[in-house]
Amino acid sequence: MKVILNGEPKECPEGTTIEKLFDIYKIDKHRAAVELNLQVVPRKELSARMLKDADILEVVTFVGGG
Amino acid sequence: MLVVDRIEKQLEDKKLRIGKYEFTSRLFVGTGKYPSMEVMAEALEASGAEVVTVAVRRVKINESESLLDYIDTNKYKILPNTAGCYSADEAVRVARLAREAGMSDMIKLEVLGDEKTLLPDPIETLKATTVLVKEGFTVLVYTSDDPIVAKKLEDAGATCVMPAGAPIGSGQGILNKNNIRIILESAKVPIIVDAGVGTASDVTMAMELGCEGVLLNTGIALAKDPVRMAMAMKLACKSGRLAFFSGRIPKRLYAKASSPEKDF
Repeated sequence: MKVILNGEPKECPEGTTIEKLFDIYKIDKHRAAVELNLQVVPRKELSARMLKDADILEVVTFVGGG
Repeated sequence: MLVVDRIEKQLEDKKLRIGKYEFTSRLFVGTGKYPSMEVMAEALEASGAEVVTVAVRRVKINESESLLDYIDTNKYKILPNTAGCYSADEAVRVARLAREAGMSDMIKLEVLGDEKTLLPDPIETLKATTVLVKEGFTVLVYTSDDPIVAKKLEDAGATCVMPAGAPIGSGQGILNKNNIRIILESAKVPIIVDAGVGTASDVTMAMELGCEGVLLNTGIALAKDPVRMAMAMKLACKSGRLAFFSGRIPKRLYAKASSPEKDF
C-alpha cells in the first residue's frame, strides 16, 4: 500500500504501524510529532496505530528558530 | 552580608513567572541561523538563558542529525514557536503538534500578516490565543507594540505578552519606547520584548523600561562573534534590570555640576 509521508508517496506493507514506518524511514519517534489525516496522534498510540492505504501523515520535529 | 551580595541575591530570588513556570534568567534565546550547531550550543551557554525557542518543521526522512542533540533538555526549557504560520488555524495546528512532540504546554504563538514585514496579524493572533488558552496551553504571544492589541491578548488569557521592539531580524532595537511603557503600565502578565534586538543596549533598554524579559535570536546568531555577543546580552539584561530597580535620575535640560562650585 501507499501512504503520503510529508507530501511524498511512500510504499509500506499492509499492517504497518506508525512506529514501524518510523523505523523504515529512520525517524526518531522521541523527537517527532505526528498528524494522521489532520488529527494529532498521541505519542503513546504510535506503536499501535495501524496505517491504511492513502493515509496522509505529517511528521514534524524541532529545528532552529527564534 | 555585603550590600552587593544582597543585591545579587535579590536579583536571583525574584524569579520570572510564566504561568506555572519559574526562571532566573530573563533572557530567552532562539536557536536559528547560527553558523553551526556547535556555536549555537556555546552561545546558549554564554547567554545564561534557561528558555530557548525552536521552530516546528517537517522531519527530513533519513536525516539523523537533530537540533536536540545540541540542546540539553534537562538544562533548557524548550519553547516551540509557530513561526511561519499566517492564519490562526495553521498556528493552532502547529501548537498542537509541538505539544505532542513532548516538551511542554508552553507555546510561543506567532501568527504573521505577510512575508515582507513579518509583522503579526493581530486578528488571527487573537483568534489563535483564544483557542489555545481554551485547550490549556501556556501561551506566550508575539504581537506588535500596539497597547490595545496587547491588552486584548492579555484579556484573552495569554500567559505572557511579547511585543516586538522592531520587525523580526531587523536589529533596529526598540522603536517605540512609549508604546512599551503604555503596555507595561496596565499589564498584569509578564511583558517580554520579542524581536528587533540588535545589540546589548537594546536589551538594557527593554529591561530599564521594566519589561520582565527579552527574547532574541538574530542579534546573537548573526553577530560576527555570537558567543561573545551572547555574553554581552546576558550582562545587558542584568544591567537593565538593576537600573530599573535603582530609580534613575530625572532628565534635565540644563547641566548640573557634579563637583563643588565654590571654595577653590
